[in-house]
Amino acid sequence: MVTENEIWDYMEEVYDPEVPVLTIVDLGIVRSITYQGECCKITITPTYSGCPAMKRIEEDVIQKLDEKGIGNVEVDLVLSPAWTTDWLSDSGRKKLKKYGIAPPENEVDKSVLFSEPTIVPCPKCDSKDTKLVSQFGSTACKAHYQCNHCLEPFDYFKCLK
Amino acid sequence: MNALFEYLLRLGDDSLILGHRLSEWCGHGPILEEDIAMTNLSLDLIGQATSFLKYAGEVEGKSRNEDDLAFLRFEREYKNLLLVERPNQNFGATMMRQFLFDAYRKLFFERLVHSTDSQLSAIAAKSLKETKYHLKHSSEWVIRLGDGTEESHEKMQSALDDLWKYSAELFYQDDVDEDLIENGIIPAVDAIKGEWDVLVRNVLEQATLIIPSNNWEQVGGRKGIHSEHLGYILAELQYMQRAYPGMKW
Repeated sequence: MVTENEIWDYMEEVYDPEVPVLTIVDLGIVRSITYQGECCKITITPTYSGCPAMKRIEEDVIQKLDEKGIGNVEVDLVLSPAWTTDWLSDSGRKKLKKYGIAPPENEVDKSVLFSEPTIVPCPKCDSKDTKLVSQFGSTACKAHYQCNHCLEPFDYFKCLK
Repeated sequence: MNALFEYLLRLGDDSLILGHRLSEWCGHGPILEEDIAMTNLSLDLIGQATSFLKYAGEVEGKSRNEDDLAFLRFEREYKNLLLVERPNQNFGATMMRQFLFDAYRKLFFERLVHSTDSQLSAIAAKSLKETKYHLKHSSEWVIRLGDGTEESHEKMQSALDDLWKYSAELFYQDDVDEDLIENGIIPAVDAIKGEWDVLVRNVLEQATLIIPSNNWEQVGGRKGIHSEHLGYILAELQYMQRAYPGMKW
């Protein structure tokens, strides 16, 4: 008999296809797991509306549980409550930085135009002397920065609240 | 007619058609960062369209899913604003179109969050977070280019002159809206017109741009009466499903 806690552990083995150092639990997109009468129901939420990884994540969840001998799996996609970067786990933040992606910082009000961009420390050299290159980066969840100190360009996992 | 279904098409089609327009910039952006930015915006909008059209299919109850609704309807069945089907022209004109739309969308989603319909409220809460980024991006470009060089100013003013007549449709309301507003399912868009005016005029003023004095209002999209441009968009958008019905990859 598998417990729900064990299924949570299995989900720690499913990685985000776009940021492969993070598990879907680190990302905070697994919202609930229930296991009743041999039937497993997993609720996930997208980071962004158009996140192209959701279909792949759903398939990966089903495949992972199949490997663990759980065949009857239902993956539900819910939009509410809407995902926020606050749900990113502490270990997830550390893994991001190690991978070269700056973790989300608390950001200024987006209604202020031409506001000073958020100070994002460089994930390579920790310098705070960095500049925003573009608010939109290689995936929907990232912005593009560059370090003025070590000159390294880097991704920033942008704050979404 | 099912009013909620009809209304969901309006919301979904706005997102789908504008998302498609932005996707046309892929590989053609003026600089790499903006090429990526516009395709990011496109992805958010197509994601929102998926949510709205999926829900529309459920509400309709005729087993049509979001793909059926996006790929297998004819031009007159599309209910998007005329504004979002306007051609991209130059980068400045694309940003002007985006700005007029984003300003409306942000104010609209802020109210739709309080919908008595939990699914609409959930889609709005999700989309609002993305739309705030979009509005900041488009507002800053409108100001930067409007108050930029002589040439950029001229292009922005010409874009505003062209697009302004389509902005009235953002606040179009008819019998589809009535019941939905009464039941608290959707906000009354005419109520956000004042706030939109303040927001838009403030940015345009900083951009040193002048709102055209000609107040002709061109509407039609909400009733399925489109400009010649939508047909070309659909020809490209729907080609695969029309040529190879039911194909998957």
